[in-house]
Amino acid sequence: MNNIMKRFIRCIFICKKPKDIKCFGFFLPFRTRTGTMRLEKCWFCSSTVYPGHGIQFVRNDAKIFRFCRSKCHKNFKMKRNPRKVKWTKAYRRVHGKDMTQDATFEFERKRNRPERYDRHVAEETLKAIKKIDKVRVDREARHHTKRMKGKKAQVQKEAARELEQSIHMVKAPAVLQKEPSLTLAKVYQKQTEDRMVE
Amino acid sequence: MVQYNFKKITVVPTGKDFIDIILSRTQRQTPTVVHKGYAISRIRQFYMRKVKYTQQNFHDKLSTIIEEFPRLDDIHPFYGDLLHVLYNKDHYKLALGQINTARNLIGKIAKDYVKLLKYGDSLYRCKSLKVAALGRMCTVIKRVGPSLAYLEQIRQHMARLPSIDPNTRTILICGYPNVGKSSFINKITRADVDVQPYAFTTKSLFVGHTDYKYLRYQVIDTPGILDRPFEDRNIIEMCSITALAHLRAAVLFFLDISGSCGYSVAQQAALFHSIKSLFMNKPLIIVCNKTDLQALEGISEDDMKLVMEMKAEAMKTLIGQGGEPTNDEGVLLTMSTLTEEGVIAVKNAACERLLDQRVELKMKSKKLNDCLNRFHVAMPKPRDQKERPPCIPEAVLEAKAKKVEQAAEKQKKLERDLENENGGAGVYSASLRKHYILANDEWKEDIMPEILDGHNVYDFVDPDILQRLEELEREEGMHQEHEADDDFEMDGAELTPEEQEALAEIRKKKRLLIQQHRVKKSTAESRPTVPRKFDKDKQFTSERMGRQLSTLGLDPTLAINRARSKSRGRKRERSIDRGDQNGTDDMDVDGNQPNKKLRLRSRSQSRSRSKSRPPYEVVPGEGLKDSAQKKKAVKLAEKSHMKRNKDARKGEADRVIPTLRPKHLFSGKRSTGKTDRR
Repeated sequence: MNNIMKRFIRCIFICKKPKDIKCFGFFLPFRTRTGTMRLEKCWFCSSTVYPGHGIQFVRNDAKIFRFCRSKCHKNFKMKRNPRKVKWTKAYRRVHGKDMTQDATFEFERKRNRPERYDRHVAEETLKAIKKIDKVRVDREARHHTKRMKGKKAQVQKEAARELEQSIHMVKAPAVLQKEPSLTLAKVYQKQTEDRMVE
Repeated sequence: MVQYNFKKITVVPTGKDFIDIILSRTQRQTPTVVHKGYAISRIRQFYMRKVKYTQQNFHDKLSTIIEEFPRLDDIHPFYGDLLHVLYNKDHYKLALGQINTARNLIGKIAKDYVKLLKYGDSLYRCKSLKVAALGRMCTVIKRVGPSLAYLEQIRQHMARLPSIDPNTRTILICGYPNVGKSSFINKITRADVDVQPYAFTTKSLFVGHTDYKYLRYQVIDTPGILDRPFEDRNIIEMCSITALAHLRAAVLFFLDISGSCGYSVAQQAALFHSIKSLFMNKPLIIVCNKTDLQALEGISEDDMKLVMEMKAEAMKTLIGQGGEPTNDEGVLLTMSTLTEEGVIAVKNAACERLLDQRVELKMKSKKLNDCLNRFHVAMPKPRDQKERPPCIPEAVLEAKAKKVEQAAEKQKKLERDLENENGGAGVYSASLRKHYILANDEWKEDIMPEILDGHNVYDFVDPDILQRLEELEREEGMHQEHEADDDFEMDGAELTPEEQEALAEIRKKKRLLIQQHRVKKSTAESRPTVPRKFDKDKQFTSERMGRQLSTLGLDPTLAINRARSKSRGRKRERSIDRGDQNGTDDMDVDGNQPNKKLRLRSRSQSRSRSKSRPPYEVVPGEGLKDSAQKKKAVKLAEKSHMKRNKDARKGEADRVIPTLRPKHLFSGKRSTGKTDRR
């Protein structure tokens, strides 16, 4: 059912109208009115919605909500706030898990005014997209490492504390007095038999 | 000019329908409820109303019929005669007369019965009177039924009669059957008359209209006439005779000189002479048709003579009209409807002649003089002999010429033509990019990707994207340098492998505990809480305890021994007592055992062991007969006291019947069997 655009009760299905026959070569924004395709963002989880996937809900005040799959759609219907749902991008941004502001985000902007086609510009754009992507990915990685910095020390500290406090679960206090090191107690073997054999 | 329109006559219903209509209307439109308890005057009024209402309706409907059908004496004699020819005047009048009498009869009936109703003394009597009245009225109509049917037929036929205006300019076409009259009318008007090779294809009059000199002319096509005595003529021929007789029209007498209609010229001439009396005061033109088969010049001498005779007759009418007596062009004409040569000439000639005649007549009448006084055509007197043609300026002439040139030159090839050339609508798809205006025309056919790597390309398009990208990369370079500096992490105290092992063990234990606790918690409600000493599954054994203690690093032997000694007697004690078979109490204080309880216990246990017997052996002195009796006695004794259920098994008291009288057992029928016992 992924590839079927379903109709919601209050939804107006935006029909794909035929291309406008214009005399200039424009970069046309989206196919809905002029015949091109566009990748949208899911309103709930912020992942990309490819053509042929997901559902589009148009509210009575003409605000459009796009969903990438029924999971997001159902969550929306339950009136959940994406900023509180752990796996969404919105949550991650708000809670500082992912990068929020960056120069790489400025490059991608929805343009409403069409530009006249220029081959050079087109070529440059295509090359630039790849580079911008790489930069963005690197920056996100850096953000992640920065976030994770100091985790190691904290983990070690916690481990040491746990060991000290709960050592009695694996080593009897009497044994601990004799051997104060925080290691496993040696399992008591019956040594009398050995001695008798000797 | 009154247009006779017989289409407006209302439909005449059949007798039965008529009765149904009137009676149902009476039922609907008059009150229907009456009881015998009403005042007698009210009852009488009720029924009188019904009778009167019915009579009134009959009267109205019959009157409309009588009025709407035309009275043959009051209409134009052409129509009067036509209707007479078609429907027989006498029958028509009779039918209408019958309707009239029916109307009067009904009126009388109603009057009589109303008079009787005035003296009706019961509901029943009034009702019967009303029934009788209505019944009689209906029988009157039933009797008149055939007339109604006849009138309906007439009405239907009259509605289909061609609307001929007897007073306007008319051209009448007559002649033998199959000479080409209908073909002629098809040619000059928009009429679509049937043309077939058999005679009497046209069975009634047909009307067409044609124009000449901005005036409308009626052209009437008649059925063919045969040369017969007047009395023998059938209805169809009589139609054309009537038309000839009553309409003031130009007559075109059609002559088939080729003889392909099946009648010779002689026969046709004979016909002409027999009906020439009808051509009085009418402009007559003799038309020789089918000249494609036989030209007028080529006919035989006798035929020529006959034709000339006819022409002479026609000339007489011409002379009578007061036109130029020597002009004989418009009298005898030839044409061929097949090749269409001469058709227009005939029409023009006929129209011209008719127009002349009508104008003449009008001029002679007194009315025209009033009009003549009112207008005057002024002709400017020429002052010299100079020619003064219309003047068109030069520029206009040039422009016109140019336009003509351009129209011829401009061969604009449409997209549609291009499509058709390349295979039609489904095959060829127009190149929409042809007319793009770009900086470089080579780019017109470029395909630009819309999506790349999960981004919309159009969102990135920017003329100065390169510049911004450079800045970005510079920034990135700087960041990376800084990163290299910070790539140093504090490595704190690491745990040794043994410590790590211990930690892992701790965590495992914790997890286990949590799991067990969770299981215990979830089953707490349904699980019996049994104390440890009644442990059925033998979970809490001393070996287990020993293992657990040793893993903790402790020596378990002491603990195990203690546990064991508490649970059973020691070997040595037992062996001593076994030797003492008499069972005499050994009141020795057991020095070994410091614990009093243990001492007493061990003694009793050892005692019981030494005196063991098979279970149901009868001991003399007990008072029991045999082992069976003893068995029974033991059983009774056991039953009398309930052993305490120490291991929390389900007992008698825990038996629960949730529903004591379940519905499915105590109610309902059974598919097989009886329900005596429940």
